[in-house]
Parts: sequence; C-alpha cells; structure tokens
Amino acid sequence: METPSATDAAAGRPAVLVRLPAVLVTLFPDAERRVELRVATVGEMIAALDARWPGMGDRLCDSTPAIRRHINVFVDGRRANLATPLAPGADVFVLTAISGG
Amino acid sequence: MATKVHVLVGTKKGLFILESDADRRSWRLRGPFCETWPINHAIGDPATGAIHGAGGNEWFGPAVWTSPDLGDSWTHASDGLAYAAGAAPVKAAWSLAAGGGRLYAGVEPAGLFVSDDGGRSFAPVDGLQQHPSRPDWQPGGAGLILHSLVLHPEDRAQIWVGISAAGVFHTADGGRTWAPRNRGTRADFLPEGQTYPEIGQCVHCVVMAPGADGRLYQQNHCGMYRSDDGGESWRSIEAGLPSSFGFPAAAHPRDPETLYLVPLNGDTAGRYVPDAKAAVWRTRDGGATWTALRRGLPQENVFFGVLRQAMATDRLEPAGVYFGTSTGTLYASADEGDSWVPAARDLPTITSVETLVIEA
Repeated sequence: METPSATDAAAGRPAVLVRLPAVLVTLFPDAERRVELRVATVGEMIAALDARWPGMGDRLCDSTPAIRRHINVFVDGRRANLATPLAPGADVFVLTAISGG
Repeated sequence: MATKVHVLVGTKKGLFILESDADRRSWRLRGPFCETWPINHAIGDPATGAIHGAGGNEWFGPAVWTSPDLGDSWTHASDGLAYAAGAAPVKAAWSLAAGGGRLYAGVEPAGLFVSDDGGRSFAPVDGLQQHPSRPDWQPGGAGLILHSLVLHPEDRAQIWVGISAAGVFHTADGGRTWAPRNRGTRADFLPEGQTYPEIGQCVHCVVMAPGADGRLYQQNHCGMYRSDDGGESWRSIEAGLPSSFGFPAAAHPRDPETLYLVPLNGDTAGRYVPDAKAAVWRTRDGGATWTALRRGLPQENVFFGVLRQAMATDRLEPAGVYFGTSTGTLYASADEGDSWVPAARDLPTITSVETLVIEA
C-alpha cells in the first residue's frame, strides 16, 4: 500500500495524539493504544503508524487508497479522510465502525 | 514417531484446529485462532509444517495468517496482496495452495497472488487479471471469488483456478497466460441456446484426482463433472445423485476413481441436504455409480448445507473424510466415509476443512 510519507514540514511541530482501537492493537504485538506523532495529515499519520508497526497501514487503508469502509478516523471530533490536515496538538481517534454479525 | 492428524476448520469466526492420532476416534479442539477473523480457507503445508489461513475482516481487510507451530503463534500479512491504486481493492483472501516452495492465494474480487517467502509478502499473478474475458466475469452469490486453486503435483507451471462465476481457467506457463476450461459444463441460468458458453459458468469446487493423469472433478452450480484431460473437456457424472446442485468435492488421497460429494436439494429450494437427511455421496468408479453414506449422520429434520471448501480427506489408510456444516458441526469418518461421528459441534458457520498429517 502506498501512503504519503511524513514530511519535513511536520518535524518539530507539537505532536498529534492518536488513539487506536484495542482490536487493532491486538494485531501488532508491540503496538500501543495512545501514540504521539508529528504529522501534518491523516495520510501521513497512517504512514507513520505503518513505519512504526509494519502492516498497520494495510489494516486501516485499502489500495484505492482510502480509509477502509468500516474504519472511522475522527480529528478533533470530525470524521476525516486521508487528506484531512492535522493541526499541531490535534486529537485523533481511530475507531472501528459497528459491523459484523 | 507418532502420527498426528490435524483438521483445519475455517469458520466465520476464526480458525479452529482438531487434533487426533492415527485412530481418529477422539478429537481435541483448539481455537478460535486468527483473532476470530472470518477464515475462508486454511491449509497445512506438508513441506514446512506451517498452517496458513486466508481471510478478510470487515474492518481490516484481507490477510493471510501463518502459524509455524501448529497454531501456538500466529502472524498476519497482506504486503503486496493488493490491486493497483484505483482498482477495486482486494476484499478478502479466499483460497490457498502450497507447492514447490510457493504459496498461492486466491482473492475477491477474483485474482491470484503468490508468495515466495512463506506468506510474509505477495506478488500478483498478473496474467489472470489480463485475460480478455475479465470484463465479463460476474460475481456469484458469495461475490466474485477465486475459490478453487489446484496446483499440478509435478509440473509447477500448471495451475487450475475456479472463479464464481467466470468458470475454470488453466495456465501451463506459471500464470502468464490462461485459457478457459469449461467445455461441457452447463450454465442453466443463461438464456436458452446459450447454456454452454466459453466462460461464465458457476463453478463451485474443482479438485484433482491423485495420479497426475489429468483427472479433475468439479462440483458446479449446474451439475457434477469429470475431466480426463486436464479440463479441456468435461462430462456429467450427476446421474444417480439426488440433485445436480452442491458445493464441495473431495478426492480420495490414492484412488482416482473415488470422489466424495454432498449434493444439496437445489439452488432455489433452500440449499440444504435433500429430504432433510444428511448424506455424503461416494463413487468408487469415477462417477459411474454413487452410494449414499449415512451411517452416523442425522436422518431427520436436517437443514444444514456444506460450503464449497468445507470437505476434505486425509492421507491415512484407510482415508479419513471430513466435512463441516453451515450450522457448525464437523463430521469425521475414519473409514473412507462408511461411518461418521461429530468431531466438534456448535462451532460458527464452517467455511473450509483441510487436513495436515504429520509425524511428531
């Protein structure tokens, strides 16, 4: 999967706080529920997560590329897409949608 | 050395492993594995001892799970298991086959990938996607899935795939070019006069008979078939069976004339066992005659079906036969199908059954 890489512009800015769902973290033995990342967009955030825990990007994004249909990313309370900018200090929640049977 | 038989049971809620000794009288159940992801198919690779599970999760997409230690630990991977940007993404992995050091994975929407590192990463087998008939492939009830994956046991360049509902395709050059292998199989759902098309058949399951002489068997949405020429032509073997509809087929490990089927009552009649009585049907003569095997199977008020990948044999003598139901029961026979016992009950809907016999 190809997602944007973190840019130099994001370096040095206040970190974004990303909260990951337990059902995702379970898939990556060393992963953590709360992560601080210095990134400028949701796409960069997912690329940074994938760099830290290889394969996590594929769990969150498909090859379109787009955030998977049943994954929701909320930035400061609003549903986001890969292009959504992340302001310094933004609050990000990655959530699994209600689905299954 | 002690013989251990493992039955790999893919379900809608994870992979389960049943384990027994060579007697196959009592079974120990472990699982669910793979974090309860839907596992469409799981295989054991006799060359490595690894177990691989093909699945797809509504939240997290497709992945192939691998355990190097019979289920004690697992990893999952989808690196490379993707179409190009802009194309419909891979939704789930549906079928697996291992041979010659390679691991093949069939996916939905229908396509084929291969791994040369034991399932850690995959590359597309592009030739199938580039077949000129690709725009005309239509999804079956379970989606546009590549569900049957047959590797020639000696000639690694030959592969057969079954795609619902595009039909059977064959490659003789390792996947660069493919040709339809549907001559003689019906498509009753097409208009009158068009029921024997070149592609578009709703193949449900393709298996190879042992012996590598080109003998294939096929359970189709519209009939049961045998080919003696690697799929170049097929002829019906449904006479003597209670219906022409069913999903799985399982070949005997040594006898090319023996095949197991589970006919269901019809595609518009509920898709459960005929007359609500469970039976596996066996031929010992290549499909000329059939015998219903019912001993130990319920014969009253039975409304389960058996899905396309949910029946298998083991390689012991006599051969074990196993099938899993849509209602979560795994039936096992240690005597080539003559008698059956439930080896596990109340599992989730069973999607696949395969065996791995090891000397431990």
